[in-house]
Amino acid sequence: MIAARRALLGVLFAAAASAWAAAPTAPSGDALDARLKRLETELRCLVCQNQTLADSNADLAGDLRKEVRELALAGKSDDEIRAYLVARYGDFVLYDPPLKAITSLLWLGPFALLAGGAVLWWAVLRRRARGEGTATGQTDAEAAAHARALLEREEGSS
Amino acid sequence: MKAWRWSIPLAIFAILVVFLWLGLWRDPRIVPSPLIGKPAPAFRLAQLHRPNETLQLDDLKGQVWLLNVWASWCVSCREEHPLLLQLAQAKVLPLYGLDYKDQPAAALAWLAQNGDPYTASIVDADGRVGIDYGVYGVPETFLIDKAGVIRYKQIGPITLEALKDRILPLARELQK
Repeated sequence: MIAARRALLGVLFAAAASAWAAAPTAPSGDALDARLKRLETELRCLVCQNQTLADSNADLAGDLRKEVRELALAGKSDDEIRAYLVARYGDFVLYDPPLKAITSLLWLGPFALLAGGAVLWWAVLRRRARGEGTATGQTDAEAAAHARALLEREEGSS
Repeated sequence: MKAWRWSIPLAIFAILVVFLWLGLWRDPRIVPSPLIGKPAPAFRLAQLHRPNETLQLDDLKGQVWLLNVWASWCVSCREEHPLLLQLAQAKVLPLYGLDYKDQPAAALAWLAQNGDPYTASIVDADGRVGIDYGVYGVPETFLIDKAGVIRYKQIGPITLEALKDRILPLARELQK
């Protein structure tokens, strides 16, 4: 039973694989294929959004792959092909969007957060270095509270 | 000093909440189109009802019109269809259909069954014109002004709210 199911699965996968292999259209050289493959992994499929054009099975992704191939065959450069898609779908098609006013938060945000964290870390470290282990690091109220807590603990355990 | 210390994480938390809260109401499928404010891409396509006749962008210049991208296979097109029929009845805006990656026979049957709101439909069998218009999810609707510039794009089905609050007021303004 399991063997039969495995065999069936195997046949299905083989069929799927051959259908997959037949899908990319014929006229090409290996260099062109490699170039297209690289280009397609930089472009986003708008239907699935988290897949590249190369990975997506969406109908539109197939059309766009065809379009990209035709543009490449017509002698367009990678930049021209990217510009062609950006003109239609916006910067969102690029997995590596350019730095513009509208994408500045996307690009600079993580660095701003990192810088903020670094400043905070530095401030905390400096305060500790100044204060830790010495009586002057505590305010009177803090010292009193600390002492009271210690006393209470002693009373509780006895 | 003490107050300052706990107010920082609280502020960070508040900012996070604001971002997440706003994120709840945004649809990640809606990608702003770079085509708004740009001339509508040219096309010349066969008409659905008269396959021997073509319609091109220049034929439509001089009027404010809607281009609705639809297909007989498109499920959410059914959602907006009653609204499109009403719009056609009101005769406030000419509505042209772009039948996207569809079989003409299936498209004609679909219109016969559900009603035909379009002044005319054109056939984009291979989806080329769709790519030029940056179509990625049917239905999509473009509002195009007298000079042939795209002024608004609705991604997904037209809602009554979008029609009343955005499309029609903008169209009225452009028609002046």
